[in-house]
Amino acid sequence: MNSMERTRGEPAVLAMVVKELRQLKRDRRTLAMMVFLPVLLIVVFGYAASFTVTKIPTTVVGPDAPAVAAHLPPPFSLSRVLAHGTEAEAVAVLRDGDTPAAVFAARAQTRVLLDGSSLFTAQAALRSLARLEGSGHVGLRPVVQVLFNPGLKTSDVMVPGLAALILLFIGTVITSLGVVRERQSGTLEQLAVMPLRPTDVYLGKIAPYFAVGVLDMVIVVAAGVGLFGVPFAGSIALFALGAVLFLFVALGVGVLISSLSQNQGQAIQLALMVLLPQIMLSGLIFPLSSMAPGVRWIGYVLPLTYFVEIARGVMLRGAPIGALWRPLLYLALLGAVVVGLATLRFRRMLSPAHPRRRSDRTSVPKPAT
Amino acid sequence: MSWGVSEVGVRFGRVRALDGVSMDVADGQVTAVVGGDGSGKSTLLHVIVGLLDANVGEVRRPPPHQVGYSAAGSGIYPDLSVEENLLFSAAAYGLSPADARARAEPFLDRMDLTGARHRLGGQLSGGMRQKLGVVRAMLHRPALLVLDEPTTGIDPVSRADAWWLISLAAAEGAAVVLATTYVEEAQRAASVLLLENGRVLASGPPADIVEGLPGEVRSLSSRPPAGEAARSWRRGRSWRLWSPEREPSQVDEGEPVVPDLNDAVVVASLRRDLAEPSGAE
Repeated sequence: MNSMERTRGEPAVLAMVVKELRQLKRDRRTLAMMVFLPVLLIVVFGYAASFTVTKIPTTVVGPDAPAVAAHLPPPFSLSRVLAHGTEAEAVAVLRDGDTPAAVFAARAQTRVLLDGSSLFTAQAALRSLARLEGSGHVGLRPVVQVLFNPGLKTSDVMVPGLAALILLFIGTVITSLGVVRERQSGTLEQLAVMPLRPTDVYLGKIAPYFAVGVLDMVIVVAAGVGLFGVPFAGSIALFALGAVLFLFVALGVGVLISSLSQNQGQAIQLALMVLLPQIMLSGLIFPLSSMAPGVRWIGYVLPLTYFVEIARGVMLRGAPIGALWRPLLYLALLGAVVVGLATLRFRRMLSPAHPRRRSDRTSVPKPAT
Repeated sequence: MSWGVSEVGVRFGRVRALDGVSMDVADGQVTAVVGGDGSGKSTLLHVIVGLLDANVGEVRRPPPHQVGYSAAGSGIYPDLSVEENLLFSAAAYGLSPADARARAEPFLDRMDLTGARHRLGGQLSGGMRQKLGVVRAMLHRPALLVLDEPTTGIDPVSRADAWWLISLAAAEGAAVVLATTYVEEAQRAASVLLLENGRVLASGPPADIVEGLPGEVRSLSSRPPAGEAARSWRRGRSWRLWSPEREPSQVDEGEPVVPDLNDAVVVASLRRDLAEPSGAE
């Protein structure tokens, strides 16, 4: 008789199913992900995922500005009127990323300037203008000019964004495995006994990834400029400043995730949960202006939103620091918060555990024997 | 200088992991903490090296750079080579690579690890990993060397190698504390601390512990009667029976034996059980 043959009891497959269910029940995080995440994702991303631009914030500049502003046809939506401004100021409004469209209204001629780095918005504006012209809309026959990405090339817009995304990926996903590896191999305990300060450990952990991140950034931007002909209009130093700040945030988030995870699987799960919203809600793919307001604010919390803004601003529009101080400041503040939290977690992991709370060092939640 | 703990207590929720434990670890000596799984050995070592704060009691340990520690399971990086593991630890303790290599060389030779110098930690056998853990912990000549089960699960030859290292560290002047589940091994230590359920059953030099064993131990060739079960245990092919007093036993058969540390450990545990029949926690 075959020794594997079963004579009684439940079928083997049922035993296997029960075992899997029991294990799944213990892994609360995975369970929560499986149940709540799909709902959350479909709701959040459903409201966010829209290429349709319904509103185009517009600045009206020039002597005839009040009159034009009064009759601005939808989807153009009046954002600001600069009655005494020049055409150069209208260009500056676009360059600084204040609004994606500007109208220079002078007696002789009306010019509509569109920001090509806001690809979908510019395309929507062009379509609307063509439609308005076709319908013989009153008055003006404006001259339309697309600035900063006149060919409306997708690669011009995507490459700066992808550079940001790659940086985020390196920083968050790969770094998130760093601490958890120590925890799993039982070496974190060893580190905690060594005469190392928590900041030594923290900086030692992120420095290599920081170097790799910087190298990746250079490669991606060089490839974008070299292979896809993406312009680099602005200051390299300003771009580098933004990249370094963003990298600090991304690395800090990665280390924070790592310190909160018990194993590499959990770390990857958490990293993806942090990554996915940034890809969808940062304006990298879908324009922020066309997201439902309830969802848009999430985008304004995420670091990628700001680095995409900086990268596109500097590379495509040559935006100066004066126009980008807000995203830079936000990234710096966020970086300080994230790095601060990560350092605190490190201090807690490396300082003596208190018997009352579970040790942060062990992957097995039981007291040492 | 003597390191150690006095009247240390640690509680994890309602579990008393350590209860009034005192231990002195003298320079140049090996102290063995002996106990079964869950007896509190690792907890005690964690308290000594500073991985865990005790709820009560006093801990005497040198500053961190004078402590050497090998965690249970060795704490070797699986993705670093033997040499890289040693160099990292050496650097953390302020040793130059040249000094670290010079110091490690004879140890690696003796441990048969020289050929495995470039092998990854994860590719080493359990015994090699444990020995490497000990080498790494003593590389910087710590004043206090703490080893958590450095010989558990390794073959007799590797165990002898590990003990060579441990004795060497003590000979160099380190105060060595190691945890072990093997009583035979503890016999080699200058001092033994016997732990059970977080409490000290016995402590002192092994000979003193054996000496202090009250009553007598007899060797029986068959299982003793049921009435004696609480005072008897199996040892190899025969049985041992402990009588609290040196008086003619009700059991005629069997020969009195000269007890060893193994017997003393069991008797200490039996006495605890007999004193607290409910096994109160």
